[in-house]
Amino acid sequence: MSRNIILSVISFFIYLLYQVLILQNVVLFHTAFCFLYVAYLLLLPVESNPLTLMGIGFVMGLAVDMFYDSVGLHAFACVLIMYVRNYWLNNLTPQGGYNTNDAPSVSLNGLQWFTVYATPLVFIHHAALFFAEVGGFSMFWFTLWKIITSTLFTIIVILIAQSLFPGRRSR
Amino acid sequence: MERLILFVYQNRAFFTFLFLELFCAWLIVQNNAYQGSKFFNSSNGLVAAMNSFSQGVRDYFMLSEVNRTLSEENALLKKKVSQQPITYVLPNNALLRDSSFINQYDFVSAKVVNNHVDMVKNFITINKGKDDGLEPGMAVISPLGVVGKVKLVSSHYGVVTSILHVDVMVSAVLKRTEHFGTVQWDGKDPDQVELHYIPPHVRPNVGDTVLTSGYNAVFPEGVMIGVISSVDLNKDALFYEIKVRLSQDFRKLSWVTVVKNNHHLEQDSLEQVIEKLER
Repeated sequence: MSRNIILSVISFFIYLLYQVLILQNVVLFHTAFCFLYVAYLLLLPVESNPLTLMGIGFVMGLAVDMFYDSVGLHAFACVLIMYVRNYWLNNLTPQGGYNTNDAPSVSLNGLQWFTVYATPLVFIHHAALFFAEVGGFSMFWFTLWKIITSTLFTIIVILIAQSLFPGRRSR
Repeated sequence: MERLILFVYQNRAFFTFLFLELFCAWLIVQNNAYQGSKFFNSSNGLVAAMNSFSQGVRDYFMLSEVNRTLSEENALLKKKVSQQPITYVLPNNALLRDSSFINQYDFVSAKVVNNHVDMVKNFITINKGKDDGLEPGMAVISPLGVVGKVKLVSSHYGVVTSILHVDVMVSAVLKRTEHFGTVQWDGKDPDQVELHYIPPHVRPNVGDTVLTSGYNAVFPEGVMIGVISSVDLNKDALFYEIKVRLSQDFRKLSWVTVVKNNHHLEQDSLEQVIEKLER
C-alpha cells in the first residue's frame, strides 16, 4: 500500500515536470496543445475516494497553472473531470468488475476500452480549459477547433505513453 | 439542523466539488484583474528558476538569431552616436538643453525565462524584478518592437502581459499619415495584430509602418509595432479593418528591455486632475 503511494507521488512529479519543461513548448500549428499530465489523473486507482481524487486534481491543476501563468484554469478543469470520473467509470464497468487497486489503463482492459474511457474525459477537460480561458463563447468555432485538435493530440500521446510504459502504474 | 448536517455529509463529494470549482473561478477572475494574483504565478522563485532552466536549453538554439539582432542594433546605435555631435552644434535645440527630458526614460535589460504565444492571454516571465527597480505598469520593448507591459513583480522576477493578450490595447500611430488608432490582438495568429479606429478618409497602404503614439504614459513615442499586411474597408463601416504584421517575432523572444518612464506619475496625476475638472 505505502509502496503504491510513494510510486504515485513520484509519478506525480514526473508527469508535472514533463508537462511544464517539455510539453509546454510543444504546440502544433498554434492550435493543438498536449496536456499529458491529464493521464496521471486518469490513471489513478479505480476505487479512490472522490474527495482524494478532487484534491489531487486541484493540486496538479494549480501546479501546472503556476507555470502557464493561468491561475485557476487548469485546476478548474482538473477538478471537473475528477468529479465526473467515478460516475463515468461505473458506467464502463467491465465483466467481473474492478479490483481495488487497479489503474484504469490499457493493460487492464485493452486499447478500445481505454480510448472510450479517456476520450470524453480529455474532451471535457480541454473544453472547460479553453472556454474558461477565453472567458465565454465569443470565439466559439476557433475555440472548438482548438479543443478538438488538442483532444486528438493529447489522446494519441497518452496512448503512445501507455504502450511505452505498459502497466507502470497498474500493479 | 441534524438533518442538514447529515445531508451535507452524505453529499460531501458534491459540496467539495462545488467549493473547489468556486475557488478556482474566484482565482481566475482575480487573475484577470489588472494586478493579478500575488502568489500563484510564474514570478514565484521556484517556478521561475525551473522555467529559466528550460529556457536556457531553448536559448541555445536561438543564439545566432539573438547575435544577429544585437549586432544590427549595435550598428544602428553607433550610427546615431556618430551623428550626435552635429545636433549639438545646432543652435536653439531646446529639446537637448532640458535635462529632465534627457532623463525621462530609464532602460533595464532583462532575459525572458518563460514565454507563451499560443494561449488567448499570453504572459512572459522575465528575470528582473522589484530589486532591479521594476514596477507594475512599465513598458517592455525589444530591439525589434513593442513586447508588453509589466503585470506584477516578485523580488527577482517579473511577469509581463504580452501584447498577444486579447485584453491589451496599445495606442498606435500610422507613421506616414500620422493618424491615431489602437492596436489589439484577436487571439488567433501570433504574427498579426489588428489596428482599430482608423477612419475611412485616411488612405493606409499595405506596407505602412505602425508605431506607438506616446499618448499613454507607458510606451515611449515611436517604438516600432509592425507593418500593415492587409487593409479592408467594408461598405458603410465606420473604420478600416487593418491587419498589422508584428515586427517582433514573439516565438523568438529572448532578451527584452524594460522602459521606466520617470514622468509616468506626473503625467498621470496631471491628466487625472483634468478628468476630475471635466466632470
